[in-house]
Amino acid sequence: MTRLLAPTLLVVLAALPLVLKDPYLVNALIITGIFTICAMSLNLLLGFTGQLSLGHVAFFGIGAYVSALTALGFDVGLPFGLRVTYEGGSPLVGFGLAIVVTGLAGYLIGRLSFRVRGAYFVIVTISFAEVVRLVALNWVELTQGPLALTSIPNMTLPLPGLGEVALRTKIQNYYLVLAVATLSYLVIARLVGSRLGRAMRGLKENESLALSLGINATRTLTIAATVSAAMAGAAGSLYAHYIRIIDPDVFLFSYTVTMVIMVVAGGKGTLAGPLVGGLLFGLLPVALRPVMAPEAQWIVYGAILIAILFVMPKGIVPALEALTRRRVARAEPNPALEAGAQP
Amino acid sequence: MDQFLQHLVNASVLGGTYALLGIGLTLIFGIMNVVNFTHGAIYTFGAYAMYLAAVALGLNFFVALPVALVAGLAMGALIEFALLRPLRRSDIDTTMLVMIGAGIILQSGTLWIFGGVAKAVPTPFPDAPLVIGPVSVSYVRLFVFCAALALIALTYFTINGTRLGRAMRATFQDHDTAALMGVNVSLIYTATFAIGSALAAAAGALLGPVYVVFPQMGDLAAVKAFAIVILGGLGSISGATIGGFILAFAEEIGAGYISSGYRDAMGFLIIIAVLLVKPTGLFARAERIG
Repeated sequence: MTRLLAPTLLVVLAALPLVLKDPYLVNALIITGIFTICAMSLNLLLGFTGQLSLGHVAFFGIGAYVSALTALGFDVGLPFGLRVTYEGGSPLVGFGLAIVVTGLAGYLIGRLSFRVRGAYFVIVTISFAEVVRLVALNWVELTQGPLALTSIPNMTLPLPGLGEVALRTKIQNYYLVLAVATLSYLVIARLVGSRLGRAMRGLKENESLALSLGINATRTLTIAATVSAAMAGAAGSLYAHYIRIIDPDVFLFSYTVTMVIMVVAGGKGTLAGPLVGGLLFGLLPVALRPVMAPEAQWIVYGAILIAILFVMPKGIVPALEALTRRRVARAEPNPALEAGAQP
Repeated sequence: MDQFLQHLVNASVLGGTYALLGIGLTLIFGIMNVVNFTHGAIYTFGAYAMYLAAVALGLNFFVALPVALVAGLAMGALIEFALLRPLRRSDIDTTMLVMIGAGIILQSGTLWIFGGVAKAVPTPFPDAPLVIGPVSVSYVRLFVFCAALALIALTYFTINGTRLGRAMRATFQDHDTAALMGVNVSLIYTATFAIGSALAAAAGALLGPVYVVFPQMGDLAAVKAFAIVILGGLGSISGATIGGFILAFAEEIGAGYISSGYRDAMGFLIIIAVLLVKPTGLFARAERIG
């Protein structure tokens, strides 16, 4: 059943703007889509390799800043009297650079962090994210610090015959996010189904056993971290060119927590999990906004996170799968029993 | 040189409360193997308990302090009993996520109840600082330093000189064997979490009057506590004490001679450097990579 979930969801989401005209809701869906991409990428690490990275927001933020700065240009002094001046250019180039730079950052941070495991890995990843946030806050010449990067241009797409077209409307951005999300899903599905994906799951289930079978742990985990980071960077770039203003708050720990809640609630280690969790927690603020203050909403999120870990620790999608499996088993009587074992 | 002396004094004052935070976390981490993401929220909770006791209830400053400490003790026991006890057999990632959820609830609850505006806690100390030669230090900071040292000594005595402490150390070494010898391990876990939380609350209650009290004050405090624990090694009280002073010193020197904007980055850089160069901590006895 969950096998059909992603294609069905894609059709529904692609058709949705035909009926849904409320700009507030379209906006909520765009933001939800961007964070669902982050959740999918985090799931690659957390769900498939079993490494709880709590620094994922670093890649989202780096992607946003790289893309925005590529579009806006910068003029920054470096040590030894060097000076780098850049005029600014196409947001599409920014999108590509965001992916490359965050992929590289994911590779480097992965290389360093995977030397430790468990709680220490978690704390190292948080530390990396916070150091990056403090750099964004303090390197005012490059990032404008708390003054924020403003007037970031919209994303552009080269269309045949029309040149580079800026995506200004919400609907255009909606389809852009949907396209990137679909692509990310396909990349992850392909990766997870490959030999490398099996190595990842092997490491998650039993690292010593996987090592004894000749799986290179650091290499496998680093590849997962690189792909995961690049995808979060792409999401960050989409965010920067859609919202058009970013400040060091894009590195806040609460964004990481949002992504983690999406993955854990939906079902880590499943392809459909982050989609379900992402939609649920992306749209929950829309449902809760009329009835409660943002602080109170966060109390609800915290309570839901705890409740899910207590009630269905594997997440919604695996719980649903177990439910349908049980129903199928009940509908088809067990042949062994029919064959005449004595009651 | 005078400036350096002043930095040294500032760092010592700060180091005492950092050590309290670190000891609380290292006890919980070492004995229970729980990465306590509520530690920062409990630190904030302690500061607000101090504010409530001193301002809303109008208690004497020196009475409000133990009240805040006991509030932290009770909150810690409650969290352990309600959330950690049922999850004793779960893996470390699950408890970590549950602790994140609990931390969010505590912090957002504080923000919801008290609002985002920072509160000041009045102190009975004179405003004018104590000046000795080239160095000046305010009386309230001096008191905070002494109170922190007293609490560190008290914890040290509890761990090393009482029956409860012996049971805690036994549980840290091997909880199965400790249980076989008649130690009530469940009770030890509750006591450990409560004591650790009380120390965090005490740190908040002590630093609240020095600075101001606001809902996000625990965010950085939590990370600093992690840095101290990693620096000092798992479950080591003396390691956490030294780690607290080293971190305070690194921050003070970093802010004074490099850039004040990167003051708070020192903790994170220490974490990264220590874990990558010497993952067992500087003073550790126990193996920790698993």
